[in-house]
Amino acid sequence: MPSANCQLLIYTDKFAARNSYVRSNVLKILVCMKQVPQKDAPLKLNDAATWIREDVSYEVNEPDAFALEEALRQREKHTGEVVVITSGPARSQQVLREALAKGADRAIHLEDNAFVGLDAFNTAKAFAAAIKDEKFDLIFTGLQSDDYGYAQTGVILAELLGWPHATIIMHIEKNETSIRVKRELEAGFFQYVDMPLPAVLTIQSGINKLRYATLIGIKQAKNKPIRKVALAEVQAAIGENLQKIERLYVPEKTKKTVHIDGTPAEIAKKLVDKLRNELRVL
Amino acid sequence: MPDAILVVVEQREGKLNRVSWETIAGGQAIAAATGWTLDAAIVGENGSALAAEVAAKKVTKVYAVESPKLEPYTPDAFAAALKQLIAAKQPKLVLMPHTYQVRDFVPKLATAMGRTVISDCIGFKHENGKLLFTRQMFQGKLAADVSFASEAPWFATFQNGAFRGDQAEAGASAAAIETVKVEITDGVIRNKPQDVFKEAKQAVDLTQAEIIVSVGRGIKEQKNIEMAKQLAEALGGELAASRPICDNGWLPMDRQIGSSGQTVAPKLYLALGISGAIQHIVGMKGARTIIAVNKDSEAPIFEIADYAIVGNLFDIVPPLTEEVKKAKAGS
Repeated sequence: MPSANCQLLIYTDKFAARNSYVRSNVLKILVCMKQVPQKDAPLKLNDAATWIREDVSYEVNEPDAFALEEALRQREKHTGEVVVITSGPARSQQVLREALAKGADRAIHLEDNAFVGLDAFNTAKAFAAAIKDEKFDLIFTGLQSDDYGYAQTGVILAELLGWPHATIIMHIEKNETSIRVKRELEAGFFQYVDMPLPAVLTIQSGINKLRYATLIGIKQAKNKPIRKVALAEVQAAIGENLQKIERLYVPEKTKKTVHIDGTPAEIAKKLVDKLRNELRVL
Repeated sequence: MPDAILVVVEQREGKLNRVSWETIAGGQAIAAATGWTLDAAIVGENGSALAAEVAAKKVTKVYAVESPKLEPYTPDAFAAALKQLIAAKQPKLVLMPHTYQVRDFVPKLATAMGRTVISDCIGFKHENGKLLFTRQMFQGKLAADVSFASEAPWFATFQNGAFRGDQAEAGASAAAIETVKVEITDGVIRNKPQDVFKEAKQAVDLTQAEIIVSVGRGIKEQKNIEMAKQLAEALGGELAASRPICDNGWLPMDRQIGSSGQTVAPKLYLALGISGAIQHIVGMKGARTIIAVNKDSEAPIFEIADYAIVGNLFDIVPPLTEEVKKAKAGS
């Protein structure tokens, strides 16, 4: 067995012991995170037009950053452990590094380029397989990803694990053996939901204020364990994708857009002319 | 028997959620393209009363799925109830609106049946006998045509605005309504939801505003909001924002436009530094005229803009405010 795994076993055993001892006071939280193309990165299609060319800049999927922050805050309140997990090629380890620098205790990396093409069902299955020997109280995901935008992986994972779930969460309060969460509904409505542990929660952006990694945090992160899970280890758990992207393309435009060019002063004059004479709002 | 499409409509506080009509219109369009039949289902304790409303549309049958355990909504009960209905009626395709409630239970339902959901679709294509669902990817920068690679039942959800609800066809005569009593055993429901509530009263009703100046991430810092505010005041409009701005606390939540905020349809919507993520666009695409200012020429907001200004909003807004003031003073 590679030494990194040995180190990890000792580490988890320590927490497992603590968990069974005073479980109600300790929270062990898994945060599912994803690396996605940067918000303003120009995207190009691959030759087969089934995915983007991967030579773009990446960042943490924004809702996942809020999920991590919430996990860190819950751990600070209740003690316990925050573990981060992601799937994807070597580049996606950056997401885990940043999370460890912000304070996550350890990480799990399902490392293979093939994970990028999995549908939500298989991604959740791969995660479930990778954590089968762990005992988490809570699993957090961001409410959706900025690339696929399925908004499904967390809920699917809950069903695979047989756990209850709640989505689009804006507040979490832990009681003795249960939690009370605040769900965001549409059109400005909210709802509190009481639920037992363990549970899966999908976290809404803006639930908290994100922290920055400190210099010390970045230094400490270098010594924190990242468990690598190869595709072969979870292959048995995943199957063929249940849905398939036949083609990816730049959306067909449905609206005729008029471009207004010039210096700022010219643009201002042209716009005001339109506001006054065409739109008649001035 | 021909293949059937099942549209699951949504009720909210005893009324049909309006997006239900859009999904029915979508179901009718797919039925017309494929030759499949179309049924509808309404889930909830008092479904029968609303089922009549749905039965007036051009559908073959309406199922009122009932159990006292369906009130209040929980994902456990809804997934259990629909699983029973779908197992009994065996539709090929199940359609729902992509609401927060559907997002909460449909991935669970499909997973429980070993199936998948193509979520948040904006349309469909029927090509050489193959059904494709179109959905936005990468925050709307790209679109994908997605097919099912599994056995039926197939699940798909449609984004708010994907179809026009007022185009849901009425039926020649009222469709038959079948009440389906479902059994939800004790212990299935694990969540205990409390009453739905609204936070502190909204100070501003953006739905009534004729002109809205809205700011996004491109405004960069809280102090820059003042610049947008001056433009809004000069135009006699209201100031609004996309979600990240309100998340940061730079503007109060009641000024947020989008799926989690208000849905507006003003005469003029001026988007400053808003990239146009789907969640924002669903809240404002009904505006009569959209003017967008963004430095990224590929920002999705330009896809729906009537007037596009590619440039730095900090250069453009101050002279624009001055021009507006001059024009107003002169009129």
